[in-house]
Amino acid sequence: MNCRSEVLEVTVEARQVEEAMLALLHTILLHRSSGKFHYKKEGTYSIGTVGTLDIDCDFIDFTFVRVSSEELDRVIRKAVSEFKDALSSDGMGQISLEFYQKKKSRWPFSDECIPWEVWSIKVNVVNLANEQERQICREKVGEKLGEKVINVVEVINRHEYLPKMPTQSDVDNVFDTSLKDVQPYLYKITYQITDSLGTSVSTTMRRLIKDTLAL
Amino acid sequence: MDSGLSPQDKKDLDKFIKFFALKTVQVIVQARLGEKIGTRSSSSPTGSDWFNLAIKDIPEVTHEAKKALAGQLPGIGRSMCVEISLKTSEDIKVSYTVYNRLSVLLKSLLAITRVTPAYKLSRKQGHDYVILYRIYFGEVQLNGLGEGFQMVRVGVVGTPVGTVTLTCAYRTNLAFMSNRQFERSAPIMGIIVDHFVDPPGGGPRPVNMGHPCNYRAPDEDDGGQYAGVQDSQEVCTTSFSTSPPSQVLHAGKDHGGVVPVPGQPPHGADAHPTAENAANTPVVNLNWKYHKVYLDWRRSASPSDPVVSLNAFTRKIGAFVNKPNAPVTASSLDLPFAAFAPRGLDLEENDPMVQPPDSPTCPSPLQASLHSQGSEGSGQQDDFVMVDFRPAFSKDDLLPMDLGTFYREFQNPPQLASLSLHISAQSMADDLDSLPEKLAVYEKNIDEFDAFVDMLQ
Repeated sequence: MNCRSEVLEVTVEARQVEEAMLALLHTILLHRSSGKFHYKKEGTYSIGTVGTLDIDCDFIDFTFVRVSSEELDRVIRKAVSEFKDALSSDGMGQISLEFYQKKKSRWPFSDECIPWEVWSIKVNVVNLANEQERQICREKVGEKLGEKVINVVEVINRHEYLPKMPTQSDVDNVFDTSLKDVQPYLYKITYQITDSLGTSVSTTMRRLIKDTLAL
Repeated sequence: MDSGLSPQDKKDLDKFIKFFALKTVQVIVQARLGEKIGTRSSSSPTGSDWFNLAIKDIPEVTHEAKKALAGQLPGIGRSMCVEISLKTSEDIKVSYTVYNRLSVLLKSLLAITRVTPAYKLSRKQGHDYVILYRIYFGEVQLNGLGEGFQMVRVGVVGTPVGTVTLTCAYRTNLAFMSNRQFERSAPIMGIIVDHFVDPPGGGPRPVNMGHPCNYRAPDEDDGGQYAGVQDSQEVCTTSFSTSPPSQVLHAGKDHGGVVPVPGQPPHGADAHPTAENAANTPVVNLNWKYHKVYLDWRRSASPSDPVVSLNAFTRKIGAFVNKPNAPVTASSLDLPFAAFAPRGLDLEENDPMVQPPDSPTCPSPLQASLHSQGSEGSGQQDDFVMVDFRPAFSKDDLLPMDLGTFYREFQNPPQLASLSLHISAQSMADDLDSLPEKLAVYEKNIDEFDAFVDMLQ
């Protein structure tokens, strides 16, 4: 299957990394989350409702919308926090949000994870010298994030492919049903860090390669 | 896909479009109320949650939207438009794939309405201005958006009878508003909102005047203000089937059982012209006299006190710069005062984001120009002033090499060789030429690379 891959690139100050990543990841997840499915008899199902929340950023002049799910927010924040800690104060890194479907394989092979949409967010971290520049950076990064949200919306509304609505037995191969209030498509978040010399040396990168080569 | 829809399907589709239109209006107006919006997710659906999204229905807005719809639906040649405008205090003269795709489109609208410049304005509304909205059908009116307005296509959903296209056109030039931080106490000068005119004698609000977006939520039980709205609110109980389309199942209830139609998008997308929907347009026509006034203010700033102003508003001046002994001429003042200018008029050479400073200590252009003029000799003293150059935190200039000397010597470094155009082109050509050699080297070392890969496993 052809997996569509989209790349977004942002340049931010160190203290803005967390909010910028949350804004973009949550914007994507807003579009890729559904209400909880409730399967009934006769093969029909009903879908729960997704609430939304406006979130103001503290270090960026920006407001974004995320789904109303504290559980999901916790998961995303944890991943972003790890990414932010791994990034040095003036390095580069990339965080990827991949939506996939599981395909059951027979023993002894493990289940295959087939990605159908991958979003990569490249981050350049800069250091600014003084408060005036930081103030300008707040506004500029806010504008940039606005442009990225528009990009995301345009890409999402262009895409034709979405996994077929699954039957009850198959729902865990398409959706993440672990949350109480919303149901995003199955996703995973990975990241890699490029140190200042331009070489990719993180262990995460090695793990990624390992996973790809493993059966 | 057959071209004829069954009457039930047509009825369902019309219902989707109607509620999509109503929900679109709610999202847009709520995004301009000036407050953050929050709704809860609920794992079991309630009656009024169309498109599986918790979007509150403000009764007044629903009333207006239904009035504007007047029993018809957006259609070809009949776009539904929601217009957002700004009113100041001084002037009053503002099918199962289709359903899911409409849901995604609404989510996109939620995201986009926080991104346009009007959102920040609407969050700050109150004393000096309020934000209005207006819903109308027919031709989209874009002439109030000013020059350089942007259009964003929020999304497109094909349906069996046509394509729903959601577009947002927004004014980008809100320079007057974004610079109010420099002028907190200044009144709003010379603004003419010539789009809306108050009838003389204070008659009823004219038809093209907007409604305020400053709705304050009443208590939850208060729905009685607009009688009939609650009654006609249709219940959305949607149920989906996972069976293929040939075995259509309806939900047991009789309101809105819906059957998704998986598969290819409807052929209507290519055959029918699009039906435009909801343009989000702030329609204030700001009088440019404001900017002239602003510029006049800048030039009349007292030339005898340049240092204080410079310290307050420029980024580049060093600390503890001596006051010049004589008044500095207007020409050398122009450069630092450019920091006052509204964003649209800002000189690009002063913007550190556009052109980063050459040296880390970032000497001010004023210093640089004053100094370099000084060093060129006394013959040009008619045009500029000599100023003692004392960089911050440096001791007196007794040692052979100190901070001041350093500044002077390294003020204008020569351009880097690698940045000059013909040399970079040359190096690219060199790179390309050396490519075959590099490839040969890599092929030779292929065993090492294989060993590396093995090591990772």
